[in-house]
Amino acid sequence: MRGATHARWAACAAAVALAATACGDDGGGDSGGGDGSGIVSSSWGDPQNPLEPANTNEVQGGKVLDMLFRGLKRYDAKTGKANDMLAEKIETSDSTNFTVTVKSGWKFSNGEAVTAKSFVDAWNYGASLKNNQKNAYFFGYIDGYDKVHPEDGSKQTTDTLSGLKITGDNTFTVKLNQKFSTFPDTLGYSAFSPLPKAFFDDHAAWLNEPVGNGPYTVDSYAKGSVMKMRAWAQYPGEDKAQNGGVDLKVYTDNNTAYTDLMAGNLDLVDDVPASQLKNAKSDLGDRYINTPAGIIQTLAFPFYDKAWDKDGMEKVRTGLSRAIDRDQITETIFQKTRTPATDWTSPVLGEAGGFKEGLCGDACEYDPDEAKKLIEEGGGLPGGQVKISYNADTGSHKEWVDAVCNSVNNALDNDKACVGNPIGTFADFRNQITQSKMSGPFRAGWQMDYPLIQNFLQPLYYTNASSNDGKWTSAEFDKLVNEANAETDQAKAVDLFQQAEEVLRDDMGAIPLWYQNGSAGYSERVSDVALNQFSVPVYNEIKVS
Amino acid sequence: MGRYVIRRLLQMIPVFFGATLLIFLMVNVMGDPIAGLCGDRQCDPATATQLRKEFGLDKPLWQQYVTYMGNVFTGDFGTAFNGQEVTELMASAFPVTIRLTIVAILFEIVIGITLGVVTGLRRGRPVDTGVLLVTLVVISVPTFVTGLLLQLLLGVEWGWISPSVSPEAPFDELIVPGLVLASVSLAYVTRLTRTSIAENRRADYVRTAVAKGLPRRRVITRHLLRNSLIPVVTFIGTDIGALMGGAIVTERIFNIHGVGFQLYQGILRQNTQTVVGFVTVLVLVFLVANLLVDLLYAVLDPRIRYA
Repeated sequence: MRGATHARWAACAAAVALAATACGDDGGGDSGGGDGSGIVSSSWGDPQNPLEPANTNEVQGGKVLDMLFRGLKRYDAKTGKANDMLAEKIETSDSTNFTVTVKSGWKFSNGEAVTAKSFVDAWNYGASLKNNQKNAYFFGYIDGYDKVHPEDGSKQTTDTLSGLKITGDNTFTVKLNQKFSTFPDTLGYSAFSPLPKAFFDDHAAWLNEPVGNGPYTVDSYAKGSVMKMRAWAQYPGEDKAQNGGVDLKVYTDNNTAYTDLMAGNLDLVDDVPASQLKNAKSDLGDRYINTPAGIIQTLAFPFYDKAWDKDGMEKVRTGLSRAIDRDQITETIFQKTRTPATDWTSPVLGEAGGFKEGLCGDACEYDPDEAKKLIEEGGGLPGGQVKISYNADTGSHKEWVDAVCNSVNNALDNDKACVGNPIGTFADFRNQITQSKMSGPFRAGWQMDYPLIQNFLQPLYYTNASSNDGKWTSAEFDKLVNEANAETDQAKAVDLFQQAEEVLRDDMGAIPLWYQNGSAGYSERVSDVALNQFSVPVYNEIKVS
Repeated sequence: MGRYVIRRLLQMIPVFFGATLLIFLMVNVMGDPIAGLCGDRQCDPATATQLRKEFGLDKPLWQQYVTYMGNVFTGDFGTAFNGQEVTELMASAFPVTIRLTIVAILFEIVIGITLGVVTGLRRGRPVDTGVLLVTLVVISVPTFVTGLLLQLLLGVEWGWISPSVSPEAPFDELIVPGLVLASVSLAYVTRLTRTSIAENRRADYVRTAVAKGLPRRRVITRHLLRNSLIPVVTFIGTDIGALMGGAIVTERIFNIHGVGFQLYQGILRQNTQTVVGFVTVLVLVFLVANLLVDLLYAVLDPRIRYA
C-alpha cells in the first residue's frame, strides 16, 4: 500500500501549512515605562572584524565598543572636545614624555579594577604584530613601536612597547618617538581602551561575550543576528545609561530596517537608505536627524603616474575642482545630507579645532569658464579624458560619480571628457589603490578617528603616510605638519596645520568634494536621540517612554 | 536499482570537485581580499602579510585548493574574516533557509498541485482561464516587486505581519517570505500539473478505471494524479536546490539571516572560505535532490525500471 502512505504524507503537509498560518508577534523589545528600564532596539550591521578595541575599524563594531568601553578621554558628543574620562590628568613638559594618572574606583563589569596595567597591557597587545590588530598603527607614535611591529614584516624582537612604563597602580608614562602635542586628545579613540585580565586569560571566551568598563554589558551575543546590551547598574561613571539596554539587530538591508521603523518594530535606524532620504523628512518629521559627521569625501589623484604629476598639472587639477557643481549635486543626489566642502577638514572640528570655511577659496567654487581655461593652460587632460574610479558594490557611488562627470563634461563642452570607471568590489578597488594601479582620479573618503585637524591632514597627505593613497608629496607640507605637532600651544598648532592645508590647496593634492552628514530616524517610543561626530548614536542618552 | 544508485553517487564526485574548483577560481580572480579588510585605508603592510599568512592566501592557488579540500573532508571549512568558523555560520544559516525552503515547497505542493488538478480537469472553463491568467502575472512580476509590495501592504499598511523576520526565524514568520519565494515556481507547478493532468485524462488506463466503475475521487488520486506527477516531481526536486541558493533577494527583503545572506556577505567581503564552503554544501544539496528525484520516478511509476 505504497499509495496510501503517500496520501497520508500529503495530508500531513497540508495540516502543517494550515496550522502555521497564525502570524506571530514581532520581537520588538519590551515596553518599559519611563523609568529607564525600557529597551531600545536599533539597527546594526554585521561587524567585519572580531570585536576587539584595536581590531575594529568600522562603524558597526565601533558602536558596540562605544557602549562597552570608556577610555582615558571621551569626545563630547556635541562639541567634539576631548574631555577627561578615566584620566585624572595627563601631563607633559616636552610634548614627547607624558605621565598619565588613571582615576581610581573604576571597574570592569566583571569586578576587576581598571588600573594603569589595564591600559598598558591593552596597548601592548594592540601594537604587537603577532596579534594581527588592524588598528595597530595607532600605537605607532609610541617609542619602541618598530620593535613590536616591524614595518618590513620581519620577526618582532619584543612583545612590549619600550615607551610604556607602569610607575604605580594608577600611573604610567608614555614616551613618544616624535613630538606630538595633541597626543592626549587622540586617547578617546576606542583602540586605546583598557582591557581586563579576562581578555588575555581566555581570549575566545571574551570574544564571544566581551567584558568592558562602559555603561553597558553584553547580555547575549548571537553573532550575525543580534547583540543584546544591558545597562550596567554598578557603572561608576556619570554618563549612566538612561535606558534599560539596547538590542542591536543585524539587518540584511538598511531598507528593511527603515521599513521596520515605519511599521513600529524598530526604535532607531542610524543609516537612512539613500532611496528613502526623499521621504524621510515627511515620514518622520522631527524624528529625522541629519547632522554633520567627521567624514569628508574627496577625489584623489595618482601622483605615481607621470601624466598626473608633471608641471602644470596643478592647474588641471584645480580646473577639475572648479568644474564640479557641488551645490547642485549635494542637493539633488544627496538630498542635503552632504555639504559642499570648502576645506580639507570637517565642520565638526569647529573653528577652534581647525575647520576653516572657505580655505579652499576660488579653487572649490564652481565656474565652468574658468575651469575650462585652467585645464587648457595646464596642458589639457592626460590622454584627453579622465576616468573616475569607484567601487560599485556598496554606497551607491555611481550616482554622484556620474553627476560629477556630467558637470565636468558640461564645463568642457565635451561629453567624453569624463567617465566613471566602476570597479566590482570594494576589496578589488582597495587592491588597485594599494598596488598603485590607478590611472586617473579615484574616490577617496575619510572618516576621522578623533576630532583633530591633524587627523584630517597627516594620515592622508604627509609623505608616505598610511592613507596617502595618491602618494602626493610636498616637503613644505611635511615641514609645517612637523612644526604643528611640536607646537604645544593649541591655537598656534592649528594655525600651522592650516598653513599646511594651504600648501595642499595650491597644489590641489586632492579635490575636496563634500562633508558627509550622519542621518538617522527614530520611533515615537524613544527620545533624546542624537548622533555624535562619528555618526554613531549616543545610546546611553536615549530615553524610552 | 542498486547499481543505478551507486553509479549516480560516483558521478557526483567529479561534479563536486569541478564545481568547488570553479567557485574557488572565480572568487580568487576578484583579487586580494585583505585589501578590503581595513576599510578606506590601507592595512599596514606587516599586518596584511601576517593576515594573508593566517588565511593561507600567500600560497599558490592550487595549493590553497588542495589544502582547502583536505580540510573539508575533516569537516573544517575554515574561518571567516570576522573570526567565526564557517561551520558555525552554516549552523546558523542553513536551518533558517531549510525552514524557508520547506515553507516554499509546501506552498508549491499544496497550492500548485491543487490548482493544477482543478484547472486540468476543467480545461477551457472560466476557472482554468482565470488561474492561467493569474499564473502568467505571477511569472512575469519579479520576486523583489512581489516581496516589497507584500511587505509594505501586510507589514506596514495593515500591520498583519512583522515586515522583518526575527533572528530565530520560526515557521510562522516565514509564511509570507516563503510564499514570495515560492510564487514563481508555484505558478510553474500549476501549469505543469494542469498540462499533465489534461493529457493523461484521455489515457487508456484512466478510461479503464472509469469503466470499472471506480469512484471519481479514486480515479483522480490513484490513477490520474500519480502518473501526472512525474514531471512535477522533477521540477520540484530541482527547485529545492534553486530555492536554497537563490533566496538572496527574498532573504534580503525580509531580513532573513540564511544562506543567501551569508553568501552575499561572503562575496561582498571576498571571503573565499565562506563562499566556497556554502557553495560546496549547496552543490551537495543539488546533487542529493536530483538523486532523490530520479529514485522517486520508480516509486511513482513502476513501469520505469533502471538497470
